Amino acid sequence: MSEGHSTYTPKTGIERWFDARMPLPRLIYDSFVAYPVPRNLNYMWTFGGILSIMLTAQILTGIVLAMHYTSDTNLAFDSVEKIMRDVNSGWLLRYLHSNGASFFFVAVYIHIFRGLFYGSYKAPRELLWILGCIIYLLMMATGFMGYVLPWGQMSFWGATVITGFFSAIPLVGNWIQELLLGGFAVDNPTLNRFFALHYLLPFMIAGVVVLHIWALHVVGQSNPTGIEVKSKTDTVAFTPYATIKDAFGMIVFLFIFAYFVFYLPNYLGHPDNYTVANPLKTPAHIVPEWYFLPFYAILRAITFNIGPINSKLGGVLCMFGAIAMLFLVPWLDTSKVRSAVYRPWYKLFFWLFVADAILLGWLGSQPAEGSYVFMAQMATLFYFAFFLVVMPVLGLIETPRRLPNSITEAVLEKKNKGAGGHPAGAVSAPETKG
Amino acid sequence: MSATEIHDPNRRDFLYIATGMAGVVGAGAVAWPFIDQMRPDASTLALASVEVDVSSLQPGSSLIVKWRGKPVVVRNRTEKEMKDGEAVSLNDLKDPIARNANLASDAPATDANRTTPGKEAWMVMVQVCTHLGCIPLGQEGDFGGWFCPCHGSQYDTAGRIRKGPAPENMAIPVYQFISDTKIRIG
Repeated sequence: MSEGHSTYTPKTGIERWFDARMPLPRLIYDSFVAYPVPRNLNYMWTFGGILSIMLTAQILTGIVLAMHYTSDTNLAFDSVEKIMRDVNSGWLLRYLHSNGASFFFVAVYIHIFRGLFYGSYKAPRELLWILGCIIYLLMMATGFMGYVLPWGQMSFWGATVITGFFSAIPLVGNWIQELLLGGFAVDNPTLNRFFALHYLLPFMIAGVVVLHIWALHVVGQSNPTGIEVKSKTDTVAFTPYATIKDAFGMIVFLFIFAYFVFYLPNYLGHPDNYTVANPLKTPAHIVPEWYFLPFYAILRAITFNIGPINSKLGGVLCMFGAIAMLFLVPWLDTSKVRSAVYRPWYKLFFWLFVADAILLGWLGSQPAEGSYVFMAQMATLFYFAFFLVVMPVLGLIETPRRLPNSITEAVLEKKNKGAGGHPAGAVSAPETKG
Repeated sequence: MSATEIHDPNRRDFLYIATGMAGVVGAGAVAWPFIDQMRPDASTLALASVEVDVSSLQPGSSLIVKWRGKPVVVRNRTEKEMKDGEAVSLNDLKDPIARNANLASDAPATDANRTTPGKEAWMVMVQVCTHLGCIPLGQEGDFGGWFCPCHGSQYDTAGRIRKGPAPENMAIPVYQFISDTKIRIG
């Protein structure tokens, strides 16, 4: 589509018949067969395809689980146990679904960090990036509501804490919280509406994914050099080059996923969620699912009032602000150079940011006391400084390395340096990120 | 017909505006029930008042009843716990408001204002942390009152926030002693 003309020629009668009425085969051919992709894409670029697979898998396992699940506070916990013990293959479907959520987030985090490293968000891909951020937000809402459905202790108290965020909003906070809960505390109305929304949101994600891919096919894929495609020699056809590479990436990813499903199915969960929800007893240590931990650490890091903003509202604002930063990235980064490969200082700060995000995640899993609080405050400070100080300032003062003139030049340079060990035209040479 | 041509309002103009208005009002009217149904329903709102027999509560012990889906603690405080509560200066409090539904909304958070006249030994309180809604543990923490295990908020023997991220004192519901040993909550 970015080429602006179609190379599809219907061969059979039935193809011509369709092409004249609803050219769906043409759309598929132009998008997934002839579509030109940069010839230097590395395995970091396979996560878009992996995410599509994970979304499809979550929807499929979710639909069949919904056939056995009951969203009533008296029955929900038992119905999940019934899926595990009585329903044929129920244990497998549930473990696929619960671990699938985790691996969906593994893939999306790699995908987001890929974008941050290679500057994939820069013009003209701002809208593509923002659509991705919206998908991420919808994923978080879906993941949170899904975790409530088994109605274990962590389900209940996670829901209590997270809906409690809204009570921090001045004036209308309590009204909004009651609106979300359908009562004064997490209870049957809450469970029912969360189930309805947990079923709805994945389809909204699928809708935004269509927009995300549409925007991608208008502007074309970015690539490790960050240099736009300039000539035909810079690209290869989607099929077979990207197809086989994506497929290989998916299979490797699914192998690791399967290892967790079969050998560590509860590793990423919390044992307290195998205790039925009790509104009168809080577990000693409430932790959200691992993929929320960095944001949870930021929430708890704000233990002090900031002017007129009390510590509770401050924590909630920082937590949502941490996600809002992602939306602003296209305008916070002032550098003209896309890829961190040619930005020595940005590359350093990028890896510090990755370390900071992992540190925040670990701190989120620890109790909020003693030196953990101070460490979380420092890590939160760096998190925001990365977006609000490093990104804008570095673009102005950093001297980037020399950029190659084209993707082809970059590929050939690399090949010559590597003593030409690869056959000519091998586009799938695994590149290191450096 | 040219787009810039000026003409008197005709039937189409009238229908355009009238349809638009009906559409806006209609959309608003239809949107409201979709939001309204989310609010607590009649059975949730039904003011379920609970009566609690507290005759078995010795000083220093407490019990918990469920009211409106939330735990309400009834604690018979010891002499020392009452003295500790009274000794606190209002200036030392993070939240100086009593948060007592039986009193005016700006009543100061003195120990007396956190209880009922003549029944100062008794704390009746929604035992929900004002930070993010966890259930604090009773008879614990630096101040001998309540300690929230989730994010470390500490409350004194009158349920007032003294340390940690919670912004307010724990709420006191509408209640009354209907006899010496019976409390009606709600």
